Amino acid sequence: MDLGGINPAVLIASLMVASVPIMLAALGELVVEKAGVLNLGVEGMMIMGAICGFVTAVETGSPFLGFIGGALGAMALSLIFAFLTQVLQANQVATGLALTLFGLGLSSLIGQGYVGIKPPATAIVPFGPLADIPVVGRILFSHDPVVYLSIALVAGVWAVLKFSRTGLVIRAVGESHDAAHALGYKVTRIRILAILFGGAMAGLGGAYVSLVRVPQWTDGITAGAGWIALAIVVFASWKPWRILIGAYLFGGITVLQLNLQAAGARIPVEYLSMSPYLITILVLVIMSSGKGRASLNAPVALGQNFHASR
Amino acid sequence: MTQAGKHMAEELLAIDGVTKAYPGVVANSDVSFSITKGEIHALLGENGAGKSTLVKMIYGLVKPDSGKMTLRGQSFAPAEPRAARASGVAMVFQHFSLFEALTVAENVALGMENPPQMRALAARIKEVSEDYGLPLDPDRMVGDLSAGERQRVEIIRCLLQDPKLLIMDEPTSVLTPQEVEILFKTLRQLSAEGTAILYISHKLEEIRALCDGATILRRGKVVASCIPAEKTARELAELMVGAVLTPPARAAKKAWPETEAALEVRGLSATSPIPFGTALKEISFSVRRGEVLGIAGVAGNGQDELLLALSGELRSDPQMVLSFGKPIGALGPSERRAAGFVAAPEDRLGHAAAPDMSLMENALLSGAVRKGLTRRGFIDWGATASWAEEIVARFDVRTPGISVAARALSGGNLQKFLMGRELSQSPAVVVINQPTWGVDAAAAAFIRQEILNRAEEGAAVVVISQDLDDLLEISDRFAALNEGRLSPMRPTEGLTVDEIGLMMGGAHGMEVAHHGH
Repeated sequence: MDLGGINPAVLIASLMVASVPIMLAALGELVVEKAGVLNLGVEGMMIMGAICGFVTAVETGSPFLGFIGGALGAMALSLIFAFLTQVLQANQVATGLALTLFGLGLSSLIGQGYVGIKPPATAIVPFGPLADIPVVGRILFSHDPVVYLSIALVAGVWAVLKFSRTGLVIRAVGESHDAAHALGYKVTRIRILAILFGGAMAGLGGAYVSLVRVPQWTDGITAGAGWIALAIVVFASWKPWRILIGAYLFGGITVLQLNLQAAGARIPVEYLSMSPYLITILVLVIMSSGKGRASLNAPVALGQNFHASR
Repeated sequence: MTQAGKHMAEELLAIDGVTKAYPGVVANSDVSFSITKGEIHALLGENGAGKSTLVKMIYGLVKPDSGKMTLRGQSFAPAEPRAARASGVAMVFQHFSLFEALTVAENVALGMENPPQMRALAARIKEVSEDYGLPLDPDRMVGDLSAGERQRVEIIRCLLQDPKLLIMDEPTSVLTPQEVEILFKTLRQLSAEGTAILYISHKLEEIRALCDGATILRRGKVVASCIPAEKTARELAELMVGAVLTPPARAAKKAWPETEAALEVRGLSATSPIPFGTALKEISFSVRRGEVLGIAGVAGNGQDELLLALSGELRSDPQMVLSFGKPIGALGPSERRAAGFVAAPEDRLGHAAAPDMSLMENALLSGAVRKGLTRRGFIDWGATASWAEEIVARFDVRTPGISVAARALSGGNLQKFLMGRELSQSPAVVVINQPTWGVDAAAAAFIRQEILNRAEEGAAVVVISQDLDDLLEISDRFAALNEGRLSPMRPTEGLTVDEIGLMMGGAHGMEVAHHGH
């Protein structure tokens, strides 16, 4: 099947690559929100991850260290959020928005000397003859390690949340921090750790954008991927496997519109490039209009600050 | 009744001269008492007497400033609940410390130090819950359980830790009389097995029936200790309050000229706007001027929804709610207030009052329409302030001033303020959910008297309450809500507690499965 010059196997393969950043960031945010914290700074953390990862990779020549650096950079930014909201009890929405703006500015400052440089290439996992299988090989066995890591992380987060005690405690804290506190759980500590995890995941996603997906550095390189990740968490109604579906759906739309542009579809480019964001709005409207079905699954204490004063 | 405790007078917990002060209040001052193994010991006192602080110290949530505690002969100073649990102290909270979106087994696991695998735990829950006559399905979502079943979850969570001392904070406030009987059987069984129980309640008849000993607190100090069965409920109440109580006086009924009911509800059905709420089904009743209608029921059987439908927050078909023959079902809260309605919901912080606004602002929010506190869109702060002052003085609200945030008041004090706010708007129809929730005996008596006074002045009153004393003392007619349906109306005089329990839905199908006795 050939869709006006678009090869479906290539389309699916590039969709899997395109969805990695939003999948990682959304997965991190899912854990944060499960713990009852709403961190709207995903976009800022992603772009910090992108620049820190880029700089580390260029300076060391190792993409692996680049990803670590990206995760650490974004984690450091999320620590600011954790300190402000969990220790100083600042409003989470305002702090999250400020974090995004701060991240965008700081990344552009750090990145001034890195415009126009190519980062070291991230190698593809060698599957040997498997990669030569027609269609399947192209779709499944022709990616870099982070693609596989992101899927493994979805499974990991799902298993931890569902089966482990750690996951149970995280969910409990997000469900009712007062009850968790009464049982003797350290609400603030658990939430800070969740925020740091969310930061690391967003950073990993951001580093993937600047190291693999684009790969170069320009200001505002994440281009709203953090906001899409936030939307996907709601779209997924806080379930890890649906994050995978959501990310592939949005990644798919992004890739499709790029391909349509390349294939010379007779739709103005502007409409095509705004389509992922339009679809995001549309999905959120449809999800939340279903008489609160999505909101029923939301962690009850989401966005509420906790103060152990009583 | 006092079978336990006598044959084994071995001391389990001793509290010696414990003091705890918060800024501005001394919650506990030099409190001493002791509990023996297997004893059911009551801790009695009004709100703010320091009962909660005391048990929080035993459970490790609060650290005492001075004094010492001894558990089984050893010094006991738990730094956190975990340490208290490890020493064999377990607690069932007044406001359930449960997670609605988690299953029974998950909730239980969260309260344990080293929970076994989920499957093994589920089997243990089944086994223990049936042993103690409290059957529970470990896989059900807690949000779907009734109040009585939720309490079972809390109790089972404690029992799985094999506690030496079980603390229960107001455990029966959400139960029907039949459910209370089941609970008491379980507690007596535990006591016979040697578990001591520290029982906090202000239901005096229950304490007389259940407890072997009692310590009475007033303003943070121990004022008496006694054997409850040897005192009357009245004597106990007077020990708690430190004054003689007068029951509310009912004036003779006047005849009012109006032939139509001040409030009539006809076949009211509505779905609940609250998550995990209960839909109202075909509710019909009418209240005439000067009459008090009492509506009983266990929490979560449609009380909140009924209040919303009467206050105008939940709108219905116009003909479903009528006032003096006029259809008002489609009117909103302000329009209903203008027509003479006042409504006081149960949830004090967040529904009845805006937590972060001052008492004066909160007074304005509900009184603006009936007290004429706004003029051409501007607020008359002078009039608002003097009205708020009046409420504070008349209802004995203990607060530093009217510019204090509602959140800063204790529950009982805020309740007095909110009741005062609604009852001093010269209403034609009064709808109140839980008028005396969390207030002490003296204040409860005062609030009940004020409600009766409004009725005497010609208001039609609907009181929704889980406190049967409220309803039996002030209502003329009585009905109960059960799963969103209203039972047939009965005159209050001559009703027995058993009959009321059955109107409330009996034991809600929670069967007793007590083995061996």
